[in-house]
Amino acid sequence: MSQISVRRGLYQHRRFSIFHGSDPVLTTAVALLLIIGTLLVYAATRDWYARNGLDPQFYLKRHVINIAIGTLLAYGTTLIDYRLLRAYIPIFWGLGVLGLIIVLIPGLGTSINGARAWISLPGGFQIQPAELAKIAIIVGMSMLLSERSHDSNKPETSDLLQALVIAAIPVLLIIRQPDMGTAFIISASVITIIAVSGASSRWVIGLLILAILVAVVATKTGVISQYQLNRLQTFVDPTADTQGTGYQLRQARIAIGSGGLIGKGLFNGPQTNGRFVPEQQTDFIFTVAGEELGFLGGGLIIFLYLLILMRAFAIARRTSDPFGRLVTTGIIGWFAFQIFENIGMTLGLMPMTGVPLPFISYGGSSMFATLIGFGLLQNVHARSKG
Amino acid sequence: MNQRSRLSLLVVQILIVSLMVALLGRLFYLQIAMGPTYRDAALSIQSRDVVSPATRGLIVDSSGVPLALNKVGLAITIDRIAIDKQPDKGVAVMARLSRLLKLQYANVYRNTRLCGELPTGQRAGCWTGSRYQPIPITKSADPDVALQIVENSDQFPGIDAQPIAIRNYPGTVGVNAAHVLGYVGPLTEEDLSGENGKNFFRSESIGKSGLEIVYDSFLRGIPGIRTLIVDRKEAITSQRQNTPPVAGDHLVTSLDVRLQAATETALADAVLRGRANGYTSDSGAAVVMDVRNGQILAIASYPTYDPNIFEKGLTVAQASDLFSEKKAVPALSRALQGLYAPASTFKSVSVIAAASAGYNLNASYKCPSELQVGTRLFQNFESKSQGTMSLKKMIAVSCDTVWYRIAFDEWLRDGGLSPKSNPNDYFFKAAASFNFTQKVGVDLPSESSSRLANRAYKKSWYQQNKDFYCNYKERATKAQQTPFLILLAKENCVDGDKVRAGDAVNFSIGQGETVVTPLKLAQMYAAIGNGGTIWQMMVGKAIVKTDGTVVKTMKPEKLGTLSASKETIDFLRGALREVVVAGTGTGAFAGFPIPISGKTGTAEVFGRNLNGSLKDNTSWFASYAPSNKPRYAVVMMVSQGGFGASTSGVGVRNIYETLFGVKGNKVVPGAAIFPDGKPPIKLPKISPATKPRVAP
Repeated sequence: MSQISVRRGLYQHRRFSIFHGSDPVLTTAVALLLIIGTLLVYAATRDWYARNGLDPQFYLKRHVINIAIGTLLAYGTTLIDYRLLRAYIPIFWGLGVLGLIIVLIPGLGTSINGARAWISLPGGFQIQPAELAKIAIIVGMSMLLSERSHDSNKPETSDLLQALVIAAIPVLLIIRQPDMGTAFIISASVITIIAVSGASSRWVIGLLILAILVAVVATKTGVISQYQLNRLQTFVDPTADTQGTGYQLRQARIAIGSGGLIGKGLFNGPQTNGRFVPEQQTDFIFTVAGEELGFLGGGLIIFLYLLILMRAFAIARRTSDPFGRLVTTGIIGWFAFQIFENIGMTLGLMPMTGVPLPFISYGGSSMFATLIGFGLLQNVHARSKG
Repeated sequence: MNQRSRLSLLVVQILIVSLMVALLGRLFYLQIAMGPTYRDAALSIQSRDVVSPATRGLIVDSSGVPLALNKVGLAITIDRIAIDKQPDKGVAVMARLSRLLKLQYANVYRNTRLCGELPTGQRAGCWTGSRYQPIPITKSADPDVALQIVENSDQFPGIDAQPIAIRNYPGTVGVNAAHVLGYVGPLTEEDLSGENGKNFFRSESIGKSGLEIVYDSFLRGIPGIRTLIVDRKEAITSQRQNTPPVAGDHLVTSLDVRLQAATETALADAVLRGRANGYTSDSGAAVVMDVRNGQILAIASYPTYDPNIFEKGLTVAQASDLFSEKKAVPALSRALQGLYAPASTFKSVSVIAAASAGYNLNASYKCPSELQVGTRLFQNFESKSQGTMSLKKMIAVSCDTVWYRIAFDEWLRDGGLSPKSNPNDYFFKAAASFNFTQKVGVDLPSESSSRLANRAYKKSWYQQNKDFYCNYKERATKAQQTPFLILLAKENCVDGDKVRAGDAVNFSIGQGETVVTPLKLAQMYAAIGNGGTIWQMMVGKAIVKTDGTVVKTMKPEKLGTLSASKETIDFLRGALREVVVAGTGTGAFAGFPIPISGKTGTAEVFGRNLNGSLKDNTSWFASYAPSNKPRYAVVMMVSQGGFGASTSGVGVRNIYETLFGVKGNKVVPGAAIFPDGKPPIKLPKISPATKPRVAP
């Protein structure tokens, strides 16, 4: 316990900074990732845009704006005690579900890469409600599983069922899009929350089995579109398709592999500048890091993520508030599985899905959501002293 | 936090750390362990090599006159990248172009497809180069047509006219030399696969036959490479390397264009003379060599073809004519690939055999009209008895029966059909001492080995044919079932593995199964002329860089020495001189001012021609000159050309006339091909513009 008291002293010393009570390691790691991400987005788009007579800083500018808005959202998230947010959770969740319903309505939702996941707004902006639904699910479930009227160590079965309903409604809507990557990440996050909530291992194992069953049934019954199935098949046999999904995955792997230890140098990746890897500023941004920054750069990114996750685990352990712990746990599951799915896809460890890389990929909704998640982590941290 | 939650959190943490470590491990595997593999893969995706061919080295004669050079042609090229961008993929453009050039659209289409784009079996004529270089449709366009294309560039997007280097065999003073020079052509898939241990660039041309293939690694040079980095849309983003081409080295040969042209003419005339005398005269060969060092001064084969047809674009008809039996297979180089019975020219071997067997070369012998060997009668040529005379005279008048006698006696002495364990085999050994079965080692591809029908040959022949002759009735065709052939088959079955009396007798006059290439016979007569040295025969003399530095000199090697005493060789040289002075060669060389030594040969050939006629005799004349101080060996052979003297002998005389500058039985001063009496030793200055020396 002496360690904790030392830390308390440390934070009391920082009372006067803006992010007073925030975790500086966490903040530094996220800031570094945002800087790396900005460079990578620019590197991914600069050459190609310039060569095609477009503004080479098109994506750079938008990305910086996204980060600015996301940082404000994160800062805003830290201002109010997260425990006071509970009152707004039903509204927040309801808006998320509404958004997910809207994308499925023809004419309102926009389909990209086979998934009907976006709502187009005037001015060329698009919102991906699933990103914001992640937060709604995590916070909603955490609230239900932590608010117990009794002193039992275990959540009641009814609590668990309610929590699952809160998760299941948006997840089913996301599967309808279909966006299997996001559905996978949310499911992983849900199971993480339930496991840490103190529920019996039967629940955890049961849910894991259920998730696998749903995946199998979805593949067999055609809920998953042919497009998604192709992506899954090329994961199993990358040579099956030479121009479509398999082509993308092979190009991604060649870009990363050719980077070697120190990479080709920022802005100097021929595979990137030749635009051989598609969607490189969003889902395949890690290939830019792999090619231009090499194993050192790619390894640094993974290390920074590991650092963030370790800090988050520390926060989850330190807090005495069960709600804060479950929110933190949910965010850990979300970030970890999203990182693993995205980088794993570019490395050929995971099937191809359209999942962005937290703090790095270009894309407003994802940037806002992950930065809000970061804000929530800092919020729990700042108020963990009790 | 309760215990269960604490434990769950730890499990989740371990799981997540493992996932991150897995990512790191996989990243390490891809970038560090597999890095080189992916780097290569990336390079092949991003980079495009544009090859600019090197100027091929010249092939020149011993005084520097070009036999092969590079000409500028006007090529009409199609840029695949440009025409593929057309809405119809260039169909209209190519159709317009084929009308203008009077070509078939289907051919133009095929010529512009990469081989991999076409289904197997329809790839003939496909482009073996890369998509990034202009593909030539013709290399010899009419300048007016080219101008039309360039001026109407909007009508012909992606089509260009540009000068291009084409290999050219200029045929100075009418020289052909197609079989010696060979030709160049595109690379095959086999070449490209690196199976031959060489690495090529797709668009390179390489030597396909003759000197062009043998000295290809020198002549070819190193092509220039521009490596372009392209993007996904194949647009060029940058240039990575740019190495200029390095021109190929020149090949200096020992040939002389004027002598080569004269040799070709003399051979063609000999063939026509044979035909005029009623013989089939289907083909022939002639060789002129330096007896002192084995260098070939001229080498001709008839029939021949235009060596430029390959660069012009071989038509199907031209290609099939090259190998057509009706046209006597012009592609075949008779001088080094043709095998013929040497007939009486082989008596030089028999002289050495008789000497080693102890026969007195200066004694007199009988030349009866025929000799009974077992049950068969072996007749003298034209069945004439020549009476008793010296062995020298026997050579001069080409008596056969004296050699039958000696060969038969020696055969009996060696045990006949039940040979001694260690037979003398004087005849076989005399032939072997000429390195008879070894190739002459000429620097030209596909030289045939001459065949010596000795005891070992008979044994291996029997192993291969025993089944056929011992089951003749079942194996042979109806047409082969004549009483004579059935009898022969029976004999072959019984003792086909043995040298029989008839074989020994035939061997002594160069008939039977012993066959020789014209080159080999030239090498043998050169050895007699130079006193016994068997030289490797070569056409190439030196490889010279474009700046004049000598890269390599090729010196023919001494392959062996004739095992005959000086007296025997002297006797033989006297006898060969006698052939021309008072023998079978006298008529052909009547009044010739330079002393020539040689031997006629008229070989009987079994079998029938395509039109059913019996095959005519092979006409030979093998010689060297000047007789007192031999410098040159000249051999001519005309297949089915009739008598040795009248067909080939006269042909050889014609060659000597050019060689020594003889006109009307007189030596014209300064008119000899080599005024010093010997081929040049100094290497010439090399220029495509060098002209042959004009004789006064």
